[in-house]
Amino acid sequence: MSGPVEIAFTVNGEAKTVRAVAMARLLDVLREDLGLTGTKEGCGEGECGACSVFVDGTLVNSCLIPALQAVGTSIETIEGLAKGDALHPVQEAFIAAGGAQCGICTPGMILAAVSYLRDGGDAKEASIREALAGNLCRCTGYMKIVESVARAAAAIAREERTS
Amino acid sequence: MLRAAANEYELVAPGTLGGVLDLLADDPEGWTPLAGGTDVMVLLGAGKLPPGRFVSIWGLPELRGIAVDDDAVTIGALTTYAEVQADATCRAELPMLCQAARESGAAAIQNRGTLGGNIVNASPAADSPPPLLCHDAELLLVSRDGGERRVPYDGFHTGYKRMSMRPDELLRAIRIPRRPRPDPALHLFRKVGTRAAQAISKICFAALAEVREGKVAHVRLAMGSVAPTVVRCKAVEGEIAGRAIDDARIAAAVAALDDDIQPIDDVRSTRHYRERVARNLLEDFLVALAER
Ligand SMILES: Cc1cc2nc3c(=O)[nH]c(=O)nc-3n(C[C@H](O)[C@H](O)[C@H](O)COP(=O)(O)OP(=O)(O)OC[C@H]3O[C@@H](n4cnc5c(N)ncnc54)[C@H](O)[C@@H]3O)c2cc1C
Ligand code: FES
Ligand code: FES
Repeated sequence: MSGPVEIAFTVNGEAKTVRAVAMARLLDVLREDLGLTGTKEGCGEGECGACSVFVDGTLVNSCLIPALQAVGTSIETIEGLAKGDALHPVQEAFIAAGGAQCGICTPGMILAAVSYLRDGGDAKEASIREALAGNLCRCTGYMKIVESVARAAAAIAREERTS
Repeated sequence: MLRAAANEYELVAPGTLGGVLDLLADDPEGWTPLAGGTDVMVLLGAGKLPPGRFVSIWGLPELRGIAVDDDAVTIGALTTYAEVQADATCRAELPMLCQAARESGAAAIQNRGTLGGNIVNASPAADSPPPLLCHDAELLLVSRDGGERRVPYDGFHTGYKRMSMRPDELLRAIRIPRRPRPDPALHLFRKVGTRAAQAISKICFAALAEVREGKVAHVRLAMGSVAPTVVRCKAVEGEIAGRAIDDARIAAAVAALDDDIQPIDDVRSTRHYRERVARNLLEDFLVALAER
């Protein structure tokens, strides 16, 4: 048996400290200790991407990360994506193109899409599909998700041209 | 919830290589390293991880980074699949390893899964070992009391999930001798699975060969998911090394494959399917080689 330890990290720009068992999954720490329930659990085995978050800027599955490995990192969850009332272009695009149905896969899909676009991803369907291959959706059939990401890619490209 | 309670596991992070090696040396049966966690944490999630003590090695600087000198590319054990794909030397000289990295899991797994974890997890279905075997990779193993030793990767896996590594040792890096530049060899990597992303291979094939003056001057062939360990196919190599590739040679090489592989029926595929696909992949490779 092993008791809780102090986990200090940054979550969506705010310094946080929680007491958690070292092997507790980051997913559970976010949802249960910090109340950030936007991060979802699908499979708990790295297959579905519902639990995706950014750790130090890289997309990871929070179900596969023990709390202790999050010490000192900076984490970004779906709750931290919008700037105040201004949604991220990927969130806007999911609304515009109908990229969400039940919504369980949506936070993970959006973060995987954001990761792809931050790395300079474009609107090509094959590239979008490869970038989202770790995120499963049981509702949409993926067409509208791919369309949402392509729209967001185009919107971001437009913004870059005008700025 | 089916999952075992997280407090049945101890997890520590000494933060330095020395600290980790001390733990392993003082109580070698007691600690299991935890790197990116993409194998270990899956077992935890599935309720299949026996309670125990784990030591995080994630982030240890001595196990990170890709170093290139005239003779070798030395890849830190903690190098992730994403880092392999992003490295210019790997892309230019190790196309099969890059392809294996790109076809392992999906983006989030590739950001966390490490080459070292893939090797020491010792799955016969792992995808990076066949390319590593084709490149005559060596492993750099480190311990407090033994310092660092270098062993050929070929022969490291001695049976299903068994390997010649002591419990007080960590895999520090993988050393890959550099091939001539530009490389005249044909490299072919093929992973056959249910889907491109996430799926574990039904069969994984890697081969590298060079033809000089009409004869095969250098050849390496390795496969995953066809035996209790990933295997180098030395019987096939023996049939083609130093010979010209014609239809009779191809037939002899394909026949020799039976000596190299012993596929089984399991949840992902059948023995029959794997034998067929292994032969077809070999034939494709040899036909491509003959056309060079
Ligand atoms: C959804 C999903 C898809 C996957 N797809 C693939 C795939 O397509 N192909 C494939 O080959 N694998 C795949 N994997 C398996 C896994 O991602 C890889 O095996 C990965 O490389 C493991 O690395 P890790 O750092 O995460 O290992 P960990 O889980 O941290 O460790 C694995 C094992 O290696 C040991 N270990 C790790 N590093 C060291 C070291 N430096 N020294 C000594 N021991 C060490 C650990 O003690 C443990 O026994 C997949 C996994 C998931 C969850
Ligand atoms: S819950 Fe983490 S990948 Fe499915
Ligand atoms: S919208 Fe329901 S799982 Fe994707």
